[in-house]
Amino acid sequence: MKLFRDESPSKNQAVERLRLILVHDRAKVSTGLLEQLRGEIINAISKYVEIEEEAIEIELNATESKAELVANIPVVKVRRAIE
Amino acid sequence: MAGRVIVVTSGKGGVGKTTTVANIGTGLALRHKKVVMIDADIGLRNLDVVMGLENRIIYDLVDVAEKTCRSINKALIKDKRLSNLYLLPAAQTRNKDAISPEQMVAIVDELKEEFDYVLVDCPAGIERGFDNAVAAATEAIVVTTPEVSAVRDADRIIGLLQEKEIYEPVLILNRLRPDMVRKGDMMDVDDINDILAIKLLGIVPDDEEIIISTNKGEPAVLNNQSKAGEAFRNIVRRMEGEEVPFMSVNGEPGIFGRFLKLLNGK
Repeated sequence: MKLFRDESPSKNQAVERLRLILVHDRAKVSTGLLEQLRGEIINAISKYVEIEEEAIEIELNATESKAELVANIPVVKVRRAIE
Repeated sequence: MAGRVIVVTSGKGGVGKTTTVANIGTGLALRHKKVVMIDADIGLRNLDVVMGLENRIIYDLVDVAEKTCRSINKALIKDKRLSNLYLLPAAQTRNKDAISPEQMVAIVDELKEEFDYVLVDCPAGIERGFDNAVAAATEAIVVTTPEVSAVRDADRIIGLLQEKEIYEPVLILNRLRPDMVRKGDMMDVDDINDILAIKLLGIVPDDEEIIISTNKGEPAVLNNQSKAGEAFRNIVRRMEGEEVPFMSVNGEPGIFGRFLKLLNGK
């Protein structure tokens, strides 16, 4: 039967689905993870560009095939190159 | 020295917590440890049935918490087979709010002075029943099966245990089916280790003997013919600090493999 099955073994689907589910679960559950991340991103980026802190949006998105961290960070101005 | 207090938990229901407690408790008692098992699943008590002790209950956990019975010892039920194994049953007609985490801690503190092991059978879910069961524990065994939903819940429970300052829970992978693993239709130990990333305590193969042993009220660990019983005996040895190899991921050889083994004289 296996010969005619073009899907990968179902356990691969199980592992892949779990991986994506847990990315979301863990980020949501661990209180402050995204807040902490946001704080550190602001610190890192502010060295180079001036940003609009209040307008920053950080989201963890999971689709059927991948999980991604999406950050929307409005830039006010770019600092001069640091000598 | 005070005994070890270990909660057996899973998040998801029906993955084998109660069976695990019954088998580990019995297995430890077989090794001459003094063991008490607490059924913390108030309202849905089951450990008594799995142990075959359902006809001996007079007092329960809530009676002890409310001090309806004069001492804890009055509520402890001695096992039929092993004189150093005891059960503190859950109340059947109350709910999870009938006791508080503080009461649980007080009860366990008293028991651990007298016993080498206090095993707590945690109810499914993450609410009050979980809080009660975990309150007094310093160690945790997380039970899961190789299914997406059970592993997901196990991951959540591992996070919640951390919040309760139990940082190194160990894992029992229950109901593994080597035939399905071989076909690629079941996650294997490595997959689950990868995902949950906690120390593995044992792998218990799916075994019809477990159903038969539950029918009879005799834990499988007492049955030398049972594969699951053997797995639980190994788990107990590991809990006692022995190094015991895990059963191979591919499990027992099939008929052909067994034939080859015979030919090789093994």
